[in-house]
Amino acid sequence: MKSLPEITDKVKKNLIWKSIFRRDYRNTVRDKAQAVFGNVFLHLHPVQVRESAVKLRFTWGMGGITFFAFILLVITGVVLMFYYHPTIDQAYTDIKDLEFQVPFGVILRNLHRWGAHFMVIVVMIHMFRVFMTGSYKAPRQFNWGIGVFLLVLTFLLSFTGYLTPWDQLGFWAITVGTNMGAATPLLGYQGPFSEYLHITPYNDIRFALLGGAQVGGNALLRSYIWHCVAIPLISIILMFVHFWRVRKDGGISKPQK
Amino acid sequence: MNPFIEIITQPDNIAIVIMIFMVTFFMVWAFQQAFQNDRLLAAGLPVEGENDSFVDTFKPLVRIELIIAVVVMVGLTVWSIAVDAPLEEIANPTITPNPAKAPWYFLGLQELLVYFDPWLAGVVLPSLIVVGLLAIPYIDINPKGNGYYTFSERKYAIMIFSFGFFVLWLLLIVIGVFFRGPGWLWYWPWQEWDHARVVFEPTKDLTSVIGVDSRSWLGEVIGGFIVFSYMAIGMVAPYFYWKKNNPELLSKLGMVRYITIMFLFITMMSIPIKMVLRLVFLIKYVWILEYIGPFHIGINF
Repeated sequence: MKSLPEITDKVKKNLIWKSIFRRDYRNTVRDKAQAVFGNVFLHLHPVQVRESAVKLRFTWGMGGITFFAFILLVITGVVLMFYYHPTIDQAYTDIKDLEFQVPFGVILRNLHRWGAHFMVIVVMIHMFRVFMTGSYKAPRQFNWGIGVFLLVLTFLLSFTGYLTPWDQLGFWAITVGTNMGAATPLLGYQGPFSEYLHITPYNDIRFALLGGAQVGGNALLRSYIWHCVAIPLISIILMFVHFWRVRKDGGISKPQK
Repeated sequence: MNPFIEIITQPDNIAIVIMIFMVTFFMVWAFQQAFQNDRLLAAGLPVEGENDSFVDTFKPLVRIELIIAVVVMVGLTVWSIAVDAPLEEIANPTITPNPAKAPWYFLGLQELLVYFDPWLAGVVLPSLIVVGLLAIPYIDINPKGNGYYTFSERKYAIMIFSFGFFVLWLLLIVIGVFFRGPGWLWYWPWQEWDHARVVFEPTKDLTSVIGVDSRSWLGEVIGGFIVFSYMAIGMVAPYFYWKKNNPELLSKLGMVRYITIMFLFITMMSIPIKMVLRLVFLIKYVWILEYIGPFHIGINF
């Protein structure tokens, strides 16, 4: 029987382990730094951060929690896509199948839905925190703007996902929501001045959103593609900019007087 | 079941209850830290975080990120085990539910439909919210309060933002979720929803109060005069007030910033004003602009 140090020695001193981790971790300044910038995920962070960044008091961790919720939603969303057809014949029964046929299908859908509500809540609280600490002030004005767009995209992500189960709740929520588009000045058929541009229910902004004059199969497909592909892509690009600018603007904001 | 319990335990509404608790908690925490820093500032002491030293990312920061991730994951898992996501009947365009509500985070905007026409409530005002949020860093030229909680150093910015966020955004969402029933009528949470209930509210337009038909040309002129006076007084009065009492602020702001701030502020304040007019005085429109000569306009305020 081998002792534990002997076993760890065996595990660590071979080509495979070394190829993955390259070097041993000793609790030295050099290795602590190496652990951050030698890791593709952790190198989002600087090697050292200000104390406030590790205290919950200041940031409440809200930005990070929002990002965590986004990752969770991407993972659960991708798994849900395996069980879902965006057609009016199948969408509703696919959701029923999640409930009755798919192993852990119920908890998968629940995680996706409650995760989405949660993300909307924490992203608003994140904005409130950034406002209250005055962190939008110089030099972070631009990053606040990126954040505003990410907030809007979070609403739109949740909104487009609402229709996908093809039940009464989603159908009428999307009907109510997109009817607002019909009231757009100039571009919606019920909006002011649209008659002068010959706007009808068949060529207005609502038609473009729904792919038709009513919520139907095209609207389901459009909301599905916006929800699963287009808006996540735009959000990810803006998140790159957002996180990168946090670093470039000096990390977590500090008192400037 | 008690209607109140019924409405707050609807699966989707549990999120709103969670939001109310979270927002209240963080609001109290933010203002508590702001007042704490204000005391430090008043005593001439450094605010919290001013003399921060540096700590390693690995492991103090990575550790706390991991702990938060685990806590959030556990919380969401428990929530997902305890509460099932709703799934109603299959979509049916021929059966309109009453009330038909938008997703909860848009219910504040849906509530605005009681007070404004759809092009304003659903398109113009939401766009102005986004524009206003984007403008904040460029119109707030107060250099103080950068990177720490404080109230005393930026009273007006915080009061205006808090009014918009807590009252006009969140409170209206809560009203839309918990207090609006069939026909978008007001229901107290302990009241049973009654689909046969009809409330006849004899709304009138502002000019008919003084006996002028709001759709006549005189009504249009008077209504327009009232709206333009509101905008003009809102624009001009603070200018002269500051010119007299704080000319330095005015010159620092400059004309473009001043006009942007006042336009956004006047527009924001028109919401509570219109709500009071509608709810207390049963006034539907202040200004009806249906036609100018032969041209159809159709924008009513």
